[in-house]
Amino acid sequence: MELLAFGDTGWGDELFYATLMTIAVSITAMIIGFSFAAIFTPLKLSKNKLLNLIANSYTTVIRGVPELLVIYLFFFGGTGAVMFVASIFGYNEYIEINAFITGAFAIGIISGAYSTEVFRGAVMSIDKGQFEAAKVLGLSKFVQFYKIILPQVLRLAIPNLSNVWQITLKDTSLISVTGLVEIMRQSYIAAGSTRDPLFFYSFAAVLYLLLTFVSMKLINRLEVKYSRGY
Amino acid sequence: MDFELMINSFPKLLSAAVITLKLLSVSLVIGLFIGLFFAILRLNKNIFINKFAYGYSYIFRGTPLLVQIFIIYFGLGQIEYLRSTVLWVILKEPYWCAIIAFALNTGAYTSEILRSAFQTIKPGIIEAGQSLGISSKIIFYKIQIPIAIRQSLPAYGNEIILMMKGTSLASTVTIMDLTGVAKYIISTTFKPIEVFIVAGGIYLFMTFIIHNVIKFLEKKYSFN
Repeated sequence: MELLAFGDTGWGDELFYATLMTIAVSITAMIIGFSFAAIFTPLKLSKNKLLNLIANSYTTVIRGVPELLVIYLFFFGGTGAVMFVASIFGYNEYIEINAFITGAFAIGIISGAYSTEVFRGAVMSIDKGQFEAAKVLGLSKFVQFYKIILPQVLRLAIPNLSNVWQITLKDTSLISVTGLVEIMRQSYIAAGSTRDPLFFYSFAAVLYLLLTFVSMKLINRLEVKYSRGY
Repeated sequence: MDFELMINSFPKLLSAAVITLKLLSVSLVIGLFIGLFFAILRLNKNIFINKFAYGYSYIFRGTPLLVQIFIIYFGLGQIEYLRSTVLWVILKEPYWCAIIAFALNTGAYTSEILRSAFQTIKPGIIEAGQSLGISSKIIFYKIQIPIAIRQSLPAYGNEIILMMKGTSLASTVTIMDLTGVAKYIISTTFKPIEVFIVAGGIYLFMTFIIHNVIKFLEKKYSFN
């Protein structure tokens, strides 16, 4: 227990901040994923074959390639890509991208592929009459989408999005390979310096279990909120 | 684009893919038995057995696979007692540690898939077996298990693909699988995009094959 003490003698505060970091990366990645889903879901549902192909290759490639490989691509390739873009604008100094941004972006792209599939399924399972009724009422496209379609999509999507959240939360453990100090990396450091890997990795497992447990409880509440009236 | 590097690294990555496939197939076979065992425990009416099986699947599905590998590879070696037993022959090899972690992980997911498959079997089918005078053991092995396997094929296909992606974590415990070799080539040549295209292409090809095999099996064993 003294290994978990807060302050200089134990690893309690370090692991606490690492847990906050895991939560921060997961939420950022989830938001980035939603932005990707917002772009690619319409492309998937579009009648244009080319747009379909673009969206399908995104989801197929990301869901068929290991997360770790995607992270390595961003970790080793991210700096190069940013420096290339910067050099176009005449900036030739070395740029180092923050491990948080690289990691959140890599996980976000993965999470986005899963979210896209979830939203596509949800939109497709909405009754065609809803779209027609909204149109017949003479509502503007904006109101049609935000007031009629989106609330129904969310209701159908939330149970599956909670799975995406779980996957995203667990995937953030892989960012530890890039050196970002989240739960996994902090446990690795603590295990190395105390030579007690069994304790620290088991404790990391407990922290992840706690995170998944608490987030499931919160999502269940959200589910109830969005399914009122059904 | 460095096409020469892509062509040169292809054979290396392909031979590493064999290791990925080995890790995948061995852990899937062991995981299937673990999954079936725990699915049966989940159906048990005894609340302790039931809760035990639920706890197993909850823990392994609620924690990242990376933590599970690290606990088994780095953690278990710390227990003095284990070092003196026969088990140490297995546990000191990163290859077997990875397989144990993968098998336990996929076993947890498989147990959930099989459990829900068992629960969706219509009671009428079992009753039909009983009224024909078939013993409950044979009903289980010859009627319930085959139907459950057919029911769970689509979900199990997804699990195989997820597990194939999971084997990439073996590279974190020094195993040179497809991802391990890809990372090695990237870190020596600093050409991440080229290597990603080749390694990712091999992974996608394997996903494609698995997907189609499962589809074929689904069709072959469909009810109508």
